[in-house]
Amino acid sequence: MEGWDPTTKSTLTQIPLLTIKAGPRDGATWTQRLKEEYKALITYTTMNKKNDNDWFRISAANPEGTRWTGKCWYVHNLLKYEFDLQFDIPVTYPATAPELELPQLDGKTEKMYRGGKICLTVHFKPLWAKNCPRFGIAHALCLGLAPWLAAEIPVLVDSGMVKHKDDAASSVEV
Amino acid sequence: MASVEAEMTDNSKASNPYSRLMALQRMGIVHNYEKIREYSVAIVGIGGVGSVAAEMLTRCGIGRLLLYDYDKVELANMNRMFFLPNQVGMTKTDAAVQTLSNINPDVVLESFTLNITTVDGFETFMSSLKNKSFNPNSEGTGVDLVLSCVDNYEARMVVNQACNELNQVWMESGVSENAVSGHIQLLIPGETACFACVPPLVVASGIDERTLKRDGVCAASLPTTMGIVAGLLVQNTLKYLLNFGDVSRYLGYNALKDFFPTMEMKPNTQCSNAACMERQKEYILAKPSRDAAAKAKMDADSLVAEEFPIHSENEWNISVVDDDEPDKVSTITSGSLPVGIMHELPSADKFESDPAPAETSNPIDDLEDLRKQLDALNAD
Repeated sequence: MEGWDPTTKSTLTQIPLLTIKAGPRDGATWTQRLKEEYKALITYTTMNKKNDNDWFRISAANPEGTRWTGKCWYVHNLLKYEFDLQFDIPVTYPATAPELELPQLDGKTEKMYRGGKICLTVHFKPLWAKNCPRFGIAHALCLGLAPWLAAEIPVLVDSGMVKHKDDAASSVEV
Repeated sequence: MASVEAEMTDNSKASNPYSRLMALQRMGIVHNYEKIREYSVAIVGIGGVGSVAAEMLTRCGIGRLLLYDYDKVELANMNRMFFLPNQVGMTKTDAAVQTLSNINPDVVLESFTLNITTVDGFETFMSSLKNKSFNPNSEGTGVDLVLSCVDNYEARMVVNQACNELNQVWMESGVSENAVSGHIQLLIPGETACFACVPPLVVASGIDERTLKRDGVCAASLPTTMGIVAGLLVQNTLKYLLNFGDVSRYLGYNALKDFFPTMEMKPNTQCSNAACMERQKEYILAKPSRDAAAKAKMDADSLVAEEFPIHSENEWNISVVDDDEPDKVSTITSGSLPVGIMHELPSADKFESDPAPAETSNPIDDLEDLRKQLDALNAD
């Protein structure tokens, strides 16, 4: 955890760690794991709201809890930029992390793989591997997506690749 | 190779597509080259390595190829071999079938446009490997070898999972992100290390680690490195299928130093993959019959050689011990670790068992409750 800012570190320590090592093909133990995932997400979301740092919405898109969809946003220069967020739970979960996708940004940045999968290779994957099975979806958002947004969105906005929705609308009206 | 279902003959007419391959037989390299027509190979990932490997196997006259990829051909792929600019926008599997069927119509091609890391994709992947329609008499699965030519850790772990569960021999290949090194590896479930046995580690590559990742660049690639790795992979495949030469367990390629390291890796007795542990148990149980077969072969080979002690004296009581004996492996744990580094695995030989779920309430109702709680948080 060298090089992480103190806020992220203290937030991370408050997200409950998971204990059950189970993937979507493991039946009843996966249900147990899913409950832990929910508990961690509930704690993390509540904490964000309390600290006035609410920045994502995520919910399971199927009853098995293998596909998740939602939104995430980032505030840059007092403007809010919002993006769709989606990912699948891989069959080898939790040995491998979910690949977080921001489909609207596909092709706009090189820090991304095909289909809008954000590049987590350096800053997040080693952490995930070391902390298997204790990290879950909430940790992936906190340590994977949040720093990615903080690093990439300002660059994308300043270079004009991403426009604020008000700007985009007004430019159409003109 | 225009003829459909060409007979494999060794006449050296210019019109015989297999004449140069069948010559391998006359030169005594391969005993029965024609057997290649009976083999099925699955290639996962039709990118820089997979597509070239598929073309090589197609030109060799392989019986059947199963191709898996979910991606589309892009202009950014044109620095590598195989795909053509006019195929941009096609799925890689469709484009590959188009080209490969033109090169050699004798090969049975099956393409699967799917992502094997998703739950649905994995099910299709598993059932396609189990399908024995091509060779109903084959033992085990419906394919003879799986080649992993994917570019990420997640997909490799999925191929590993499937092959461990199916007891399927496979080969892994990889090219580094900086495009100047690569490797191939043979994985026999239970006998060699599986992909989850040894966590990936950064091996000294002769260049500064900090230069590996430059801002804004996620991967580099060269047609040369990709072609070399594909060549090594298919060479090992041919040796494995047609039973000639030594099949490499691991072969590395370092382009900067032209260094080709080889090694062997034994399975981890504490592997976190349950299917790997099962295969390891089976392998140990099959040891007596394996030993008997090896001994019979040795006896047959050394029928003429008279047995006598190599040394008449043995002052220090030195004896040769079989290093395959699993219970003789000593567990050495280093006592002093640098500050901040902890042992991840338990020191005991037994893997830490999962904590038993201690909850008594109905797990489904509980889950519904949690989902509603999160939905409520999401609502405002």
